[in-house]
Amino acid sequence: MLEVLFDDFMVRAAFAGVGVALAAAPLGCFVVWRRMAYFGDATAHAAVLGVALSLTFSTPIFAGVLIVSLLMAALVTTLSGRGFAMDTLLGVMAHSSLAVGLVAVSFLSGVRIDLMAYLFGDILSVSVDDLMLIWSGAAIVFTLVVMRWSGLLLSTMNPDLAHASGYSPKREQFILTIALAIVVAVAIKVVGVLLIAAMLIIPAATARPLSKTPEAMAVIAAIIACSSSLAGLKASYLFDSPTGPTIVCAAAILFIISTTASKIVKAMGRPALKHS
Amino acid sequence: MLISSDALSVRLGKRLILDNISMSVDRGEILTIIGPNGSGKSTLLRALIGAVPAALGRVHKASDLRIGYVPQTLHIDETLPMTVRRFMTLPSAFSKKQITTALDQAGVSALDNQQVMSLSGGQFQRVLLARALLGKPDLLLLDEATQGLDHRGSIGFYRQIEAVRQELNCAVIMVSHELHVVMRKSDRVICLNGHICCQGKPEVVSATPEYHALFGFEDDGETALYLHKEHHQYSHNVSSCNNSDLNKESHSHA
Repeated sequence: MLEVLFDDFMVRAAFAGVGVALAAAPLGCFVVWRRMAYFGDATAHAAVLGVALSLTFSTPIFAGVLIVSLLMAALVTTLSGRGFAMDTLLGVMAHSSLAVGLVAVSFLSGVRIDLMAYLFGDILSVSVDDLMLIWSGAAIVFTLVVMRWSGLLLSTMNPDLAHASGYSPKREQFILTIALAIVVAVAIKVVGVLLIAAMLIIPAATARPLSKTPEAMAVIAAIIACSSSLAGLKASYLFDSPTGPTIVCAAAILFIISTTASKIVKAMGRPALKHS
Repeated sequence: MLISSDALSVRLGKRLILDNISMSVDRGEILTIIGPNGSGKSTLLRALIGAVPAALGRVHKASDLRIGYVPQTLHIDETLPMTVRRFMTLPSAFSKKQITTALDQAGVSALDNQQVMSLSGGQFQRVLLARALLGKPDLLLLDEATQGLDHRGSIGFYRQIEAVRQELNCAVIMVSHELHVVMRKSDRVICLNGHICCQGKPEVVSATPEYHALFGFEDDGETALYLHKEHHQYSHNVSSCNNSDLNKESHSHA
């Protein structure tokens, strides 16, 4: 019965989008809280190199991307403690890894690959196997984040408080790094390397004005990410637009609505306060 | 013994911040660490909780030691929503009643639902203390905990620390600038300037030339010189405290 359900490419696409959204949104909250946006970019952009290596050595794309993303994330984490200006360093790494990856792909003369599919995703061609991979990866990331929630949160707020309560901020950082690499590896099929960071950051940023606690922000971000995926999919079908970018557009619209609405509510609240 | 350091040295980068620190604290004791800016007071507390590694020597902790830590500053990113109640229950859960009681005791009632970011410095400092006390710590570490409190506020704060010590029979290690207020309440004082300059009961420490060299007469070269002569049996200590350029900054009596 499942096979019948997943026969429809739109259904497979919808499940792929929701799977990535559920993993990316809570993790994206940590990316926002820790000001790691560029970190996500660097890790995601390095994935193109992973694609090139996978094609060269005929290994599954998922494995190549995962390994290269992990290496990139580990490299950035190591360098971060050593007195480099972080935003400059990450800017350099994010863009040069993308450039190196693109050059490497161009050397693969024997293979004809659709570069656009890796840069912007190709959610409509998701197979049942891809879907299994996406949901397994998403489940791992989701479990990691939920199980280690307190330690991750406390380390994010203040590493010393985490130490005093018996957590190791370094270990929590390592867990985030692994989770990020997994999200990149599963999201590449859905939104592509250029827009993975958008799926991490935009839902979290949209949820921020609507949330009072970190947990609420993670849940709202997940809801927003799922809605954007489904709305973007539907819109791309209606307007015949590329699906990955349309999903990100949907998320961006929700972001604008959420921030504007919260500004208006605040502005309306102020005079009311004066009267009371 | 709850926690002790044994010939502990700490380096941050290439700088030697702490040199050969041996100290320990027992249950029920209030130990105060005083010293000028940059003398390594905060680093010592951070080394005790394991946040900075020892370059030499080591830190011994009693097993299952529950630590309540109040950091000097805590910046919460504006992207992170956090109510006072949620902050109080991070990482361990407590009942609503326990939280209300803890906030009442710290003199910040009815803040439960406020965002941590919206608190004033003094309110936040009290919330940090309330959070540290919720876990019924064996050891309370306070790093300049009265920052942001006015004079009355900090007197009340220290009164609460004493009450907590009585109630929980916990040890307290605190770092402070407010020499006179703090020292009266302490069982023992360590005068720190990279190394331990002197230590002992408050009245003993406040009578030592090292203490005066660090806090009393630093602006007055002649007096320091006079002290130097007068107590020349301490002279190696005095000069080692004085030589540090770190204590050139002004330190007024609190």
